[in-house]
Amino acid sequence: MLAERKLAELLAPTQPWERRRIVNGLATVVILACAVAAVLVLCLILGHVVVEGIGALNPDFFTQSPLPPGEVGGGVGPAVVGTLEMLAVASVFGVPLGVAAAIFLAEFQQGQSQLATLVSFTIDLIAGLPSIVIGVFVWAWLVRNVVGNYNGFAGGVSLAIIMIPIVARTVQETLLLVPDALREASLALGIPRWKTILHVVLPTASAGVITAVVLSMARAGGETAPLLLTALGNQFFNLDLFQPMAALPVQIYQYARSPYVDWHAKAWGAALVLIALIACLSAATRWAVGRRMRGFT
Amino acid sequence: MVTVLAAAAPVLLAGIVVLLVIDALPAIQRFGFTFFTDSTWNPVSEHFGAAAYIYGTVVTSILALVIATPIGVGCALFLVEYAPMRLRNPVSFLIELLAAIPSIIYGLWGLFILAPVMRGAVEPFFKATIGPLPGIGALFGGPVIGRDLFVAGVILSIMILPTVTAVSREILRAVPTTQREGMLALGATRWETVQKAVLPYARSGIAGAAILGLARALGETMAVTMVVGNSSTKITPSLLTPGYTMASAIANQFTEADKAIYFSAIVAVALVLLVVAIVMNVLARLLVWSVARGPSATAVRAG
Repeated sequence: MLAERKLAELLAPTQPWERRRIVNGLATVVILACAVAAVLVLCLILGHVVVEGIGALNPDFFTQSPLPPGEVGGGVGPAVVGTLEMLAVASVFGVPLGVAAAIFLAEFQQGQSQLATLVSFTIDLIAGLPSIVIGVFVWAWLVRNVVGNYNGFAGGVSLAIIMIPIVARTVQETLLLVPDALREASLALGIPRWKTILHVVLPTASAGVITAVVLSMARAGGETAPLLLTALGNQFFNLDLFQPMAALPVQIYQYARSPYVDWHAKAWGAALVLIALIACLSAATRWAVGRRMRGFT
Repeated sequence: MVTVLAAAAPVLLAGIVVLLVIDALPAIQRFGFTFFTDSTWNPVSEHFGAAAYIYGTVVTSILALVIATPIGVGCALFLVEYAPMRLRNPVSFLIELLAAIPSIIYGLWGLFILAPVMRGAVEPFFKATIGPLPGIGALFGGPVIGRDLFVAGVILSIMILPTVTAVSREILRAVPTTQREGMLALGATRWETVQKAVLPYARSGIAGAAILGLARALGETMAVTMVVGNSSTKITPSLLTPGYTMASAIANQFTEADKAIYFSAIVAVALVLLVVAIVMNVLARLLVWSVARGPSATAVRAG
């Protein structure tokens, strides 16, 4: 009650401008607090992953298979291999389709034809699809109808579907930054359109294309839900794409929902590995892009 | 060649819709509209109604939106209107990093760090302060468990914060500087400028940002699955009951579906999720475009 009255006095001082000034100050504090809260949550999450995960890391953690509960040791070897293998499959399908969509939108259509509108629109919609729905679709298509059992290939395809819109949008934006003068110069020399795109436009935009590919791989590498329904996970090393395959996020899930404290520690360790993998991918891109940009200037 | 490859996107989306419709058809034919109103989900008696899942999804997503929208708009205002120039890019980058963290890691953090805090401090606090109030108190009834709709909503709010922030930031940047200058020239404080000139102009775009966040929250799977409880099929008003969302139900039960009708019911849930996601995305994009395209008559009048 007392606090309320104090607040009321504070908000209704004698001078109107004083009140406006106080409201302005309060608003500034609230807005600053929002930004601080967001950054704080990020630090908390990353901090916990590092602090809780670092203890689980040792050389065996990266090379060993998961062991049954109670046995000491074991790691996420198959999961690391599986994630990399499925990301490779995803890139084989996702990158060409995404880049093609971007070239189509940026080079051929400039957003004018009905097909371009349709492609652009569906790419946005695919980007907005819940990843679990993509998992159900790939299960119904590849796991049930084509292969017949859970397999890493289907996992890769579901990741590819997640990559397509990310690649397409990022590459499209880069292609639009390529100066028209370059295209015109090339075309004026009598070089056909496709050669212009392949040898003039794409090399100029290569930094953006690399960024797009790695960005999408980083995003896809952390996906869990579609892999649960397609690759399923596997405790053992498996290089065969048409068998169930382990993946880091799925392994984290399996470790985390177990009742064993030791497995929880391993879940944090695997989470740290996943975060590190994503951070390395991003850092490598920045480095590669930085070098390439220097080459141009 | 490029045209053919580019056409893969529409074909893919059409394929997803068609395949899900075909697989969901047996359940839709058998249960009809009661699928959406019945909350009994019993694989043994082969009786499926998704109302509890739909309810859980709606409640967690709206809770996430209620928490994330003000904070996200606050972050966007900080980045566009308040922050010193040299802070803008780093803070922007940090908030966008939140979007780069995989869902499973939010789940892990939510399960082992957030849930104990919620159970130990936050939920008892709400139960003690809001619980006794008439009406609204029902939101915090029942025992405190720590794996419930409330925790799921909080973790979702963190996950959609970067989406809301990034879209709102673009919208605020699209507000013409003359709007601000006019207001400041009249002697308004910075907050009055934001409140009376910037926000009204950006209103429909911010609504679009919120809906994009909502669309992301609706389909989010792993983080929610790990903290939402996955047990109740009863619909109760309390946020403190363990629940299910559509996405977590799919993730949890998909590999268990042994009968054709069980599987079909799960795919029907996925189909609902698909349709909702498409509708939300279309709606959000229309709203965002309406601001980004330039001053529309209504926005200017409101300012």
